[in-house]
Amino acid sequence: MPRVQVVPLLELKTETRDRLFTAIEQQTTWPAELMLLPFDPQYAYDVAREQYHSSQLLLGLKNKSDLNDDKILAIVPFDLFIPILTFVFGEAHLNGPCAIVSIYRLRPEFYGLPPAPGLVVERLVKECIHELGHTFGLRHCKNMGCVLNASTYVEEIDLKTHEFCEDCRGALLQTGSSLIQ
Amino acid sequence: MNQAISLLVVDDEESVRNSLYNWFREDGYEVGTAKDAYEALQQIEKAHWDIMLLDIKMPGMDGLELQRRVREVNKEIVIIIMTAYASVDTAVQSLKEGSYDYVVKPFNPDDLSHLIRNAAEHLSLKNENLQLRQDISHLAGMEEIIGDSPQMKRVMELVRTVATSDSTVVIRGESGTGKELIARAIHCHSPRRYFPVVPVNCGALAESLLESELFGHEKGAFTGAQSRRKGKFEMADRGTLFLDEIGNVSQKMQMELLRVLESKQFTRVGGNQTIHVDIRLICATNKNLEKAVEEGTFREDLYYRINVFTIILPPLRERRSDIPLLAQHFINKYAKIMNKEIKEISPQAMDLLIRHHWPGNVRELENAVERAMVVGKPPYLRPQDLPFQLSSEPVEESAEMDSLAEIEKRHIRHVLERSGWNISKAAVTLGIDRVTLYNKIKKYQLRK
Repeated sequence: MPRVQVVPLLELKTETRDRLFTAIEQQTTWPAELMLLPFDPQYAYDVAREQYHSSQLLLGLKNKSDLNDDKILAIVPFDLFIPILTFVFGEAHLNGPCAIVSIYRLRPEFYGLPPAPGLVVERLVKECIHELGHTFGLRHCKNMGCVLNASTYVEEIDLKTHEFCEDCRGALLQTGSSLIQ
Repeated sequence: MNQAISLLVVDDEESVRNSLYNWFREDGYEVGTAKDAYEALQQIEKAHWDIMLLDIKMPGMDGLELQRRVREVNKEIVIIIMTAYASVDTAVQSLKEGSYDYVVKPFNPDDLSHLIRNAAEHLSLKNENLQLRQDISHLAGMEEIIGDSPQMKRVMELVRTVATSDSTVVIRGESGTGKELIARAIHCHSPRRYFPVVPVNCGALAESLLESELFGHEKGAFTGAQSRRKGKFEMADRGTLFLDEIGNVSQKMQMELLRVLESKQFTRVGGNQTIHVDIRLICATNKNLEKAVEEGTFREDLYYRINVFTIILPPLRERRSDIPLLAQHFINKYAKIMNKEIKEISPQAMDLLIRHHWPGNVRELENAVERAMVVGKPPYLRPQDLPFQLSSEPVEESAEMDSLAEIEKRHIRHVLERSGWNISKAAVTLGIDRVTLYNKIKKYQLRK
């Protein structure tokens, strides 16, 4: 049975992990499990930008892991970029095996605000489901409440839910990726 | 979600191309990439692209030159320039040469989303505008003028000829021949078609009312002028002013009109501010203006000012071959309005329509068909549905005092028109052979 292999490059608290895994299983119907992958991201570090190139990290993850039909979701503590953009919250292979999410800009401290651990977990869950949605071939959704609504500001992440809207759920079923069938 | 929009990314850096390709694909756009200007030109030749994201600095042909080349073949594509901070000047240059916007690399994701969203909206508005313009042309174009007779073909030819110019046109014809329709057709084929065409029936208004109607008035200009009001001249600015029944305008108004037409400026009634307008004038009349000039009821200078190009609309009785087409057009129109299942007219009823004298011309025909559609029952209109009957119908003016030759000539012309100038059919109806009919046509100098 295919699974979502979660590769954290940071320490995930048990409660955070449980919350994330439950959300993944509810939304994608795929079981989630922790994968301990020895993975050094340093090769993707850009000295000039002081950020990590997320597309290169995705390629590295793909090459490193033995995937079968599984999906890999990496969670990293550092800031991510793609060459043309100043930053990204995460990236995924559209209809592919790998996704990556950074917690760096999800923390209120990044914006000079007091810490809010609960809020960070909620943001992380939403971004993980969002990027996983892309790995199932889903594109951005115009529905403001849908987890696949595009977010370019962290506040936009807070506005949406961690769930797929009805249309996206229907599309997920049609892709043949869901186990609901 | 954005499947309707296609995007071409042109950048020599593979990582940039791939980043944008993935980013836009997640957004649901149809995305293509090109690594240089030559590849981009090939892509543009092969497929239609709505938006092009173009790197300004590329080896070989740069972005600016590529933009010029693309603009030569595709004026519609929305071009967004991508530039490094150092080349903002060049980006500004590209804006002057027609790019939609520019963005400095690397972009904030939000800026990019907004930019593309705005470009897509710009594109959709442009397309909508184009569609609306086509719709307008269709709604008020030549399609509304029904007629296949040589006389109407000639009229349509004149409309097309004069429409492209800015000359004043006088449309002459009996009441009900469709003068306003012709005026609208001229306007709709002219470069002024995206501005208003404003009709004024000069014959229907008293002199003082007409003055206020044409030039507008200031608040308090006369009793009842409770607010400032624009006149038809102002409303028609950059468009067309259609003055119907110009022959009925009083001497004083004729003078006012002449002054405005010559200076293209006027003041509102009760005002002192000079208003400049840019209008094209189309006039219509069913009066004999030359006679009116001779009699001194129409100013000679105004006559020469407006009488630049004349279109004469034939009365319906002189183009009877158009009656079946017109009748069918009105049947379709009223069947739709009244939601009735009447699609046709019986041959006997059509015969009545063709033989009627139609002093009220097309307007009378439309009214007759409308009335018949009210009383008629599906599937077709019958003679009893028409507002007149054959017995009471004069086919032509009284022929009592005409010579035999005159009556023969008129009868042959009538049969020819009814048969749509089908010689064989007309010959059968007349009970003569085709050669005889040809000889008679020649003898009486009958023409289509």
